[in-house]
Amino acid sequence: MSLATETRPLTRREWLLSDRPQSRLQARLGRAYMTWRRFSANRLAVVGLLILLGLCFVAAFADLLAPHSPVIGNLAGARLLSPGSEGYLLGTDDQGRDILSRLIHGSRLTLAVVVLVAVIAAPVGLIVGAVAGYAGGWIDAILMRITDIFLAFPKLVLALAFVAALGPGIENAVIAIAITSWPPYARIARAETLTLRNSDYIAAVRLMGASPARIVFRHVIPMCMSSLIVRVTLDMAGIILTAAGLGFLGLGAQPPLPEWGAMIASGRRFILDQWWVATMPGIAILIVSLGFNLLGDGLRDALDPRESGQ
Amino acid sequence: MTVAVSVENLSVVYDDFRALDAASVQVEAGESFGLVGESGSGKSTLLRAIAGLAPVSEGTIRVQGRELRGARRDKAFYRAVQMVFQDPYGSLHPRQTIDRQLMEPLAIHGISDGERRILKALDEVGLGSGFRFRYPHQLSGGQRQRVAVARALILEPSILLLDEPTSALDASVQAEVLNLLEQVRRDRKLTFVMVSHDLGVVTHMCDRLAVMQEGRVVERLTSADLVAGRIAEDYTRNLMVASKGFRRVAETA
Repeated sequence: MSLATETRPLTRREWLLSDRPQSRLQARLGRAYMTWRRFSANRLAVVGLLILLGLCFVAAFADLLAPHSPVIGNLAGARLLSPGSEGYLLGTDDQGRDILSRLIHGSRLTLAVVVLVAVIAAPVGLIVGAVAGYAGGWIDAILMRITDIFLAFPKLVLALAFVAALGPGIENAVIAIAITSWPPYARIARAETLTLRNSDYIAAVRLMGASPARIVFRHVIPMCMSSLIVRVTLDMAGIILTAAGLGFLGLGAQPPLPEWGAMIASGRRFILDQWWVATMPGIAILIVSLGFNLLGDGLRDALDPRESGQ
Repeated sequence: MTVAVSVENLSVVYDDFRALDAASVQVEAGESFGLVGESGSGKSTLLRAIAGLAPVSEGTIRVQGRELRGARRDKAFYRAVQMVFQDPYGSLHPRQTIDRQLMEPLAIHGISDGERRILKALDEVGLGSGFRFRYPHQLSGGQRQRVAVARALILEPSILLLDEPTSALDASVQAEVLNLLEQVRRDRKLTFVMVSHDLGVVTHMCDRLAVMQEGRVVERLTSADLVAGRIAEDYTRNLMVASKGFRRVAETA
């Protein structure tokens, strides 16, 4: 006890980086802190994270931030005003609606699409891949052939077919994108699982009498998570673009929803004379996609299991 | 004496390769049995087949009188038989704390006094509770192997399968881990089945041993026979010469 009183109290940083954590919580926080240090060493990744936090902030407080209504325009007095006009920072569109307000409200749709697709596609791919990889044999064959079938469809075309069958709308666009984006995750999860399934630590868990389900969910899937998170983050940009593409084709969000892709589509008619109508949502898509890509790159460095050992 | 592990005419075939060819061994309860042979002689395969980690194509395995079929094992088996793997860097889950890895077998078997057992197991292998919440990468090779031993012992098995438990460690740590294994065997009256290519380790640790070559058991003898040079097979003699020759070089160097 005298030893404990003599040593000076640890700083928070030392407590986090301690070699000999005293509790479950400290071990977990220490690990998270190490990951954060690796992540934050990459400046661009932090920029990406800030962009996405900004997106979340804007989406959360859209009602307060937007200076005008996103759907009701001023048809009489404010049609197609150029950026910087009085009260309309980014100009207005052909129906006199403030583009900035529409972008701010559109961030909700973008975020919803991204989150819903990630929530639907990533777990499906992860479970299919991990189960196929761990079980092997005919289960593997069946699951992976199904995956192959979905992989063989061109993404946008399958999404188009789905939206055509189910009717246009943002929900159907989300389902369509989710259905076409899980197969790569299944492939990744299966590849990771194949490298793990014969490792000694999985054999050790099996020798404890763990059921296959327990092994897959508690021991295999956590090892697949980091590469999957990286891949999903990098795919987010593509998902936003696909959603925007569907919106552009009129198969995603329907008017008057301020979806960015649909906004570009409606601005297309004036692209030569009123360039800002199509350009502003384009820039928004670009920035958010870039944010996801930068974040994904940073996560790849931070979560790489091969480096986290040291 | 009762038979703890009995393996009869066991064959293991991977695709076209016969890793184990009608091998038979009998391990009595409470003894320490060695399996020696060069790399690829099938000694590890025999151990993994007992544990249910290798595809058995022919033959029978009996543990404590009960016959085991295929690769299926029931919970009682896992409580009776545990294994320590060769590579301590590969046998611990890299993303789980020592605490979680020791908790896992207790959770699987629904054992409630986990807290006490974990502290006791860590204490028994000489690690103390300071190591409890570390990740494997925060431990040295010897410490990792101690954790692996603690994990194997936490279900209180009566038979321990040891797959070259010290070959991945450097010499001074090897001795520590071997002494630890000796200690727990005495304390708990365990049966050991130990695979090694190091005849010195086997003669030190084991009462009897079987020499394996190309998937077959070529000779069975006691450690005393081996030390006294009462060897029938040329292969065993070569193995012994090779291991001694190595030692002499190591001493002069």
